[in-house]
Amino acid sequence: MTAADAVGSSGAAAPGAASPGPAAPVLSVRGLVKLYGDAVVLRDISFDVGPGQAVVLVGGSGSGKSTLLRCLNLLETVDDGEVLLAGEEITDPRVNADRIRRRIGVVFQAYNLFPHLTVLQNVTLAPVLVHRVPRAAARDRARELLTRIGLADKVDVYPDRLSGGQQQRLAIVRALATGPSLLLLDEITSALDPELVGEVLDLVGELKRDGLPMVLATHEMAFARDIADEVLVLDGGAIIERGAPRRVLDDPREERTRRFLARIREPGPQGRAAGPAPRP
Amino acid sequence: MTIAWEPSERERARRRLRRRARLRSGVIAAVSTAVVAVAAGVGITQTSGWPRVRQRFFSWAEITAAWPAARTGMIVNLELFVVCGAAAGALGLLVALLRTLAGPVFLPLRLLAAAYTDLFRGLPVILVLYLVGFGVPALRLRGLPTDPLVLGGAALVLTYSAYVAEVFRAGIESVHPSQIAAARSLGLTHAQTMRRVVLPQAVRRVTPPLLNDAISLQKDSSLVSVLGVVDAVRAAQIATSANFNYSPYVLAGLMFLAITVPLTRVTDHLAARSARRRGAGAGGGGVR
Repeated sequence: MTAADAVGSSGAAAPGAASPGPAAPVLSVRGLVKLYGDAVVLRDISFDVGPGQAVVLVGGSGSGKSTLLRCLNLLETVDDGEVLLAGEEITDPRVNADRIRRRIGVVFQAYNLFPHLTVLQNVTLAPVLVHRVPRAAARDRARELLTRIGLADKVDVYPDRLSGGQQQRLAIVRALATGPSLLLLDEITSALDPELVGEVLDLVGELKRDGLPMVLATHEMAFARDIADEVLVLDGGAIIERGAPRRVLDDPREERTRRFLARIREPGPQGRAAGPAPRP
Repeated sequence: MTIAWEPSERERARRRLRRRARLRSGVIAAVSTAVVAVAAGVGITQTSGWPRVRQRFFSWAEITAAWPAARTGMIVNLELFVVCGAAAGALGLLVALLRTLAGPVFLPLRLLAAAYTDLFRGLPVILVLYLVGFGVPALRLRGLPTDPLVLGGAALVLTYSAYVAEVFRAGIESVHPSQIAAARSLGLTHAQTMRRVVLPQAVRRVTPPLLNDAISLQKDSSLVSVLGVVDAVRAAQIATSANFNYSPYVLAGLMFLAITVPLTRVTDHLAARSARRRGAGAGGGGVR
């Protein structure tokens, strides 16, 4: 992929850190704990993301999904446990966080595009500045990506001229432009009008088919069922239920999971992107 | 729009009404302004002291006599304004950036920057001028300037960079943390995030308040006269003390207005434009 990836994997020679097996996980979370003061906001979180896999985090607001994603990206310091990226322990305080973040793409609920930069500049900023890609090459690559999401004619406009769906797809492309080895998606459709959700989820589905590993927090249950290799249900900062999407979402064993899913399905229009949600 | 559209009879009637209302407001405004202006003019010139005031403050002969010296002095004010403005802008930005540095290594720098702004924002300009203008030469250190113009300029830079630093800091803090999160997530360092993401947005937002400080710097440049620099105000003072006629002061005042009023208009224009742009960005327009 990119130079940064090469640097990253060559530096990942921590002895005994990578678990053996045919498919070593891209991301491995072991007993992660996060505290805010005395409050435990994440408790003993463990999961793996294998090559090409999608792990979906499900849970009410305040359940810890966003905090978990911020921990994975080192935007928050972890208070216990460890996170391994391609076998390298990134929760080690001696690790250069900037170097780790280069290898992880993040898409936020509120897009967080740079309003003072054009669509094209939003995409080329990190490749040119962080990955030292020549400007012309970065522009070509950005145009290619923008063409793929149908924004080729918008390269020179500013993000506030785009629709919500276009902005979020641009944010995804911005995260992709650096060639990340893992994508973190934090409720990326929650701020969108229902009619714009589909175009964004379609793009994420494509990336999954292309084999990009990802961790997503979402409320789109039909989409989660479609894309997830594993679903983790979070409640009060702990994983209360986990497993294959159909098992967890269609036949939850936990009462709390059942209550949460009932609440989520109440509004109706959820899940329109990937077909009707079968009700249990 | 390519679709031709002919306003309805009802809309045409509404437009006629609006036009008539506009015309009427225009006439009322013109008449009331004229009445007030004439009343004020008559009121002032009819006072018993007016002939003496006119002779003391608005003597054309005195004004023309003071003009060459005042003009030379005004050039000093403009030089101070341009040089000190640029220096205070740069120093203020530096101080504001020092205050954003995270990490224990930078604690002394952060403290220094905070102390600097507290000190020079809290002291009256005229005190700083006295302390720098008379204190620095008294040190008798070799290599330090003793020219009152340079020292006065330095004092203005010290004070104004503290103001400007606070303006920049407010701008930096007004950029939403999610912008920083996005930049850092892309792998940008703190410095790259500041330079490419935070500062461009911050500077745009604080341009109007910065221009306010520029206008007040232009006025305060006259304070260096307390150190004996012959600027426009000092030149007017010299001319005045020759024969106790205050007209040169009025001349100096008009010269300052000739600079600051256009600057104020530019500031207002920029402020209105940025407000309009932000309104558009948020997806809402004003009323009408």
